[in-house]
Amino acid sequence: MKNQEATTATSLDLDTGNKFIDWFSQKQNRHAATIMGLVAICSAWALSNDMRWLYLLVYVWFGLIYGMFLQYGRFCMASAVRDLFAVGVSRMAVGVMIALCLYSMVAAVVNISGFGTFHPHPLGWHIIIGGLIFGFGIIFTGGCASGSLYKTGEGNMASALVLLSISFSQAFFVNLGDWSDKLAPASWTASALDKGMPEELSVEHGWFDQFTAGYIWDLEAATLADMMNVTQPIAKYFLTDSLLVTILPASIILVVLYKAYYCKGYLRRQKIEKQGMTCHLGGVWSMITSSKNTAIAGIGLGIFSGLHVWATGALRESYGIFNFGELLEDMGHTAGLSIQGTVFDPGYWYITTQEAQWGAWVMENVGMDMRSNIFFGMDNGIPNPLINAPGFMSIGIILGAATLALLRREFKWKIPNMETAFFALAGGLLMGIGARIAMGCNIGAFFATVANGDISGWMFLLGMVAGGYLGVQAFNFWMNWRTSQIDDCPL
Amino acid sequence: MAIKFEETGDGQYILDVCGYSCPHPQMYTKKALQKMCDGDELTLIFDNPSSGESIQAMLDNEGNELLDKVQGDGSFTWKIRKGA
Repeated sequence: MKNQEATTATSLDLDTGNKFIDWFSQKQNRHAATIMGLVAICSAWALSNDMRWLYLLVYVWFGLIYGMFLQYGRFCMASAVRDLFAVGVSRMAVGVMIALCLYSMVAAVVNISGFGTFHPHPLGWHIIIGGLIFGFGIIFTGGCASGSLYKTGEGNMASALVLLSISFSQAFFVNLGDWSDKLAPASWTASALDKGMPEELSVEHGWFDQFTAGYIWDLEAATLADMMNVTQPIAKYFLTDSLLVTILPASIILVVLYKAYYCKGYLRRQKIEKQGMTCHLGGVWSMITSSKNTAIAGIGLGIFSGLHVWATGALRESYGIFNFGELLEDMGHTAGLSIQGTVFDPGYWYITTQEAQWGAWVMENVGMDMRSNIFFGMDNGIPNPLINAPGFMSIGIILGAATLALLRREFKWKIPNMETAFFALAGGLLMGIGARIAMGCNIGAFFATVANGDISGWMFLLGMVAGGYLGVQAFNFWMNWRTSQIDDCPL
Repeated sequence: MAIKFEETGDGQYILDVCGYSCPHPQMYTKKALQKMCDGDELTLIFDNPSSGESIQAMLDNEGNELLDKVQGDGSFTWKIRKGA
């Protein structure tokens, strides 16, 4: 009997071994395993040098998770807006609303436990204007800020061009020269000078500095709960930040999406003639679950976005710091710090600012002065990309998406044609400018913002939707002209 | 690498949007289906994975039928029948 059991165990082991060899002999699986193996080795190497690199690695690991969920659900906020107007599809808009609701619930738990890292955004017209420019740009790039990262991971080099364009356009825009001074109202210049900023920042020079110190800093920034003076923790974080600011508006948007884009097709497919509340509730549920991948990605992204805040908050408490710059200084890496000793370190899912730092780092290394401005000089610093923690989150997203795309046989190197490359660069330029005016992209200025009870995120969405609508009209115009130029294409 | 759309037989069309990413594949598919008659069949070839999700939802919404899906190495060939 024992011999028989031993034989069965051996044959199972052999079977498992053969399956593994089969799996590993496939090129895509081997590449995916190599990516994960390299991340594990690099993580172990960093920790063996100094355990405090854990702070940076948390960004990397959450980036990997985001990348996998984004690829799995083809989760892209550009598509949420664009597909509504372009092809009447609400799939992605629904996924974003699911993710938003879950993120807000986890964020409420994190904030109530005192590990929150979120700071509300100043409320003003700049958010709608920035959102509009950003929304127009995303129609042409084929992806939002995070969508471009995961698509780069799928081998799409047009998306890599978008990242390049976002990085340099932001770095250039926040460092505009004296020629841009005349575009700033005198009141901004006066207000900026009143702030008594360090001389090396020369805040009276450059449009973006005057916009920041003379306009943004004079605006109120508060969550709705703070505006309403709600202080009781449950009422503040759950009832106001999560329920009132996020879940209620998101539910209304879901109902509107159902009525406008899904209801007609659902009733036809189900052959329903007599409509009632039960039928429509079934329809809303069908809409939410119609794309399983999108719904699962929405759930995963919502939960992990919240956990990310908790993990970074807990590490900050454990190290007794407010910003990663303090750790970098302790470890002797001071070259990239701002004059306050800080670096960009949001503590949650964010995309654009770290890309601006990449661009600025390159520009600085070719001899340009990139620090006589508030954005880099005083707030975010320009760390070497090898020690840029949020930058590694973006790289993590690319690697996570590449791993899953390889495993799903969806990875393909795609070299853009001239048309796609031009759109990627031009759209990326607009996305970069829009993101800086609005102080964030679809993640930093909308997703993370709304989920933490800041209504400025809804203003960004409003601008992004308006920009997206205009972008679709412009794209349609281009498409019609383009097809009319192709011989033998009766489109 | 231009868009290719042509009638290959009676009521049979082919649309090849390989090399293009969002929003080209879904918008060209919508445009192609608008040019076709009810019951016509379209062979759609694309290599942008995220467009597939949007095209699938668009077909469901508009009552078109997805007859077949074949996935190659990073590219997709779908057979679609335009619904009434």
